[in-house]
Amino acid sequence: MDEPQIYARLTQVFADVFDEDIKLTPELSAKDVDGWDSLTHVRLIVTAERAFKVRFSASEVGTLENVGNLVALIHSRT
Amino acid sequence: MNSLYSDLQWLPRVPREFPETLKSLGHSVAGDSAGLGRELQALASHALNLNQLMKLAKAVDKARSDGRSLDPLLPFRLALLSNSTTDLMVPGLTASSLRHGIGLEVIQPSYDQVAQEALTADSKVNSSKPDAVLFALDYRALPLKLALGDAEASDAAVQGAVGYLQALRNGIRAHSNAVCVFQTFAPPVEALFGSLDRMLPGTLRSLIDAINRELAGFVRGSGDVLLDVAGLAETVGLSQWHDAQLWCLAKIPFSDEFIPLYSDHVARTIAAIRGKSRKVLILDLDNTIWGGVIGDDGLEGIKIAQGDAQGEAHLSVQRLALDLRKRGIVLAVSSKNTDEVAREPFEKHPEMLLKLDHIAVFQANWNDKATNIQAISEELSLGLDAMVFLDDNPVERGLVRSLLPQVAVPELPDDPALYARTLAAAGYFEATAFAAEDLGRAGFYQDNARRAGLQKQVGGVEAYLKSLDMTITFRPFDAAGRARIVQLINKSNQYNLTTRRYTEPEVTAAENDPDVFTLQVRLADIFGDNGMISVVICRPGEAGAWEIDTWLMSCRVLERRVEHMVLREILERARAAGIGTLKGVYRPTDRNKLVVNHYGKLGFSKTGEEASGLTRWELAVEGADPELAPMKVVSQGFAVREKSLV
Repeated sequence: MDEPQIYARLTQVFADVFDEDIKLTPELSAKDVDGWDSLTHVRLIVTAERAFKVRFSASEVGTLENVGNLVALIHSRT
Repeated sequence: MNSLYSDLQWLPRVPREFPETLKSLGHSVAGDSAGLGRELQALASHALNLNQLMKLAKAVDKARSDGRSLDPLLPFRLALLSNSTTDLMVPGLTASSLRHGIGLEVIQPSYDQVAQEALTADSKVNSSKPDAVLFALDYRALPLKLALGDAEASDAAVQGAVGYLQALRNGIRAHSNAVCVFQTFAPPVEALFGSLDRMLPGTLRSLIDAINRELAGFVRGSGDVLLDVAGLAETVGLSQWHDAQLWCLAKIPFSDEFIPLYSDHVARTIAAIRGKSRKVLILDLDNTIWGGVIGDDGLEGIKIAQGDAQGEAHLSVQRLALDLRKRGIVLAVSSKNTDEVAREPFEKHPEMLLKLDHIAVFQANWNDKATNIQAISEELSLGLDAMVFLDDNPVERGLVRSLLPQVAVPELPDDPALYARTLAAAGYFEATAFAAEDLGRAGFYQDNARRAGLQKQVGGVEAYLKSLDMTITFRPFDAAGRARIVQLINKSNQYNLTTRRYTEPEVTAAENDPDVFTLQVRLADIFGDNGMISVVICRPGEAGAWEIDTWLMSCRVLERRVEHMVLREILERARAAGIGTLKGVYRPTDRNKLVVNHYGKLGFSKTGEEASGLTRWELAVEGADPELAPMKVVSQGFAVREKSLV
C-alpha cells in the first residue's frame, strides 16, 4: 500500500474516531486536534490496527509523535 | 465463529445512514423531545461497534445536557468501580443500555479508587446514591499471592480475596444500599506449569477458579448480582479476551473488540434487575423448528430426524425452546399455514420434541405475522416488549421489526445449526435470580402437561377426571371477582359463544341488576387452583325465559365437562327464579369455531340459523338433565349451602 492510499484510509479512521473530518498532514499531532487525549489516542490506534489489519507494539505506539510517524509505521508493515 | 459474539450478530447491521440519523437527533427542535428515547433505542438496536457506541453515547450526553427527556427509557444510575481504565466502557454502557430500554447514567470515580469509594460514607459513589454498583474488577485487582502446592496458604489467599470483595459489598450496602454487581474473574492465559496449573493448589488458575466459585456462593441468595465475565471470556477465548498490549498501553482490562459485547451483557443484566427481561418465545415453524415446508413437503418430507444433519440442526432449536420453557419462558407459535397442517407434525411426527402441550398460543393462519404476534400478546396478557420472535425468513423479521419495534427479532445466520446458539447469545431471557415464581409463570402450562401425563397413566377419561379430585365453585358476580371477570370477558376468544366485550362499569351494572343472572365459576384440582375459568350472564327475555347473553370458558379446562356442570347450575338457578326456557345464541367469529356445537352437545334444540353462521338454540328447563361430571360442587352467595354430587 502506498502513502496516498494510507492517508486516504487513515482519514476515514480519524473521521470515525473524532466524529469529524480532519485534514491529515504529516506534521499533524495531538496538540492540533481537540479531544485528542491519551484515551482517544488508544482508540485511534486500535481503530487503525483494525483498518490496516496490523498490530503495533506498546513501544511503537509510545514513540509516535505525529501522523507522519504513524503513516511510516503502517507503511513498513503493509 | 467468534464474530457471532464480537460483532453482536443477532442484531441487524448498522444502517448506512446511521451518522446522519444521529446528527438529526442532536439538531432537531429542542422543545419536541417526545419520542427521543424511542429513537435512541431504535438506533442502539443495531450491531454498533465501539466508535459507533461512543457517538451514540455522545448524543445521549448532549440530550441530557440540553435537558431533553429520554422517556420512555427507564432511568438507572450505575456506579462503576474498577482497577482499570473504564473510559472506553462508560460510553459503551450508556449506548448499549438504550438497546434494553434503559437510560443509563454512569458514575465514574477516579481511576483505581475501589476500596476508598466503597468504604467511605461520603465518597463520590456512596454520596451519589446509585441504583447499583458494578465492581468491574479483573484478577489484577485481587490481593493474590501464589502459594504453589500449599493447600492451606492457597485457601487463605482465596478467603482473603473473597473477604476483600465482601468488605467492599458491606461498605456499599452500609453507605448507599445500592445493589452490588460482581464480576467473575477471567483467568489469565499464561500457564506456569501447564495443565498442572488446574489441579495444583495455589497456582493463579486454581486460585481464580476457587475465587469464582466462592464468589458465586456468596452472591447467590444475597440479593446482589453476578455478571459472569469469566464465562464471557471463555466463550470468546481467553487469548482473544486478554489483550496484553492494551493493558500495558492504557490499563484497558480486555480487548477493545469485546467492549460492545461486554457492554451489552452489563446492559441486559441491568434490564433484568429492572424486570425488563423477555418472557415469551414465539417460534416460526417452516425452516425454523423443522427443515422444509410442511404444506409442500408433507409429514414425511420435513427434516426433523436424528441422523440427518439439517434435522438435527432444527432439533437443537426445539431443545433450546424446551429448556427455556422449563425455566419459565412461555412458548408460542406464529406460522403462515393452515392450522391443521401446522399442527400435524406436533401431533404425529415421532421425532418432534415440541408437542402442542408446550405451546401456550398457536397461531397458524394466513394473517401477517405482526397481527399474529399482537394476538399472542393479547391472549397472554403480556406486552410486546416481553416477546422474542424467531424466524428464518428475513422478510418476516423485517416486517415485524418495522411494525412492532418493541418485539425482539434476532438476525439468524444461513446455517440452521447456528440458530440455537445465536438465540442464546442474544441473552433476551437474562435473569438475575431463579425463584419459585418463575416456575409458576409457566406453571399452568406445566400443569396441563402433567394432567395429560396422568391421563395416560390411569387410562380412561372417566377415571382420569375422577383422579383429578376437582372442586367447582359457583358464585354470582361480586366485587372480589370483578377484575378477573372483566379480563375474561375481554380476552376470551375461543370458548366464547357470543364474544361480547364489556367494560368494568357494564359488568358492575349486571352485577347489581336483580333481573340479570350472573355466574362466575372457579375450578380447583389436585394440581392446584385454576382460578376463575368460566363466566355466564343471562338477561331476562320474553316472559319466563333467560337469554344467555354471555357464556365463556377458559380453554385450560376443556374436556372435563365443566360446561355440563355450569349448565346444571344455571338450570337450578332458573328453576328457583321460575324460568321455563333458556335461549342461547352462537355468534361465529374467526376464533370460536370450537364452540359451534356447544349448545347441541348440551341438549339444546336449534331454532334458527342465519346466513352469517349465527345459530339460535333453546332448552326447556323442566326435565333438562345434563351429564354429571365427577367433581365436588360448591355454590356460594346465592343461598348458604354446600353439597357433593360425587
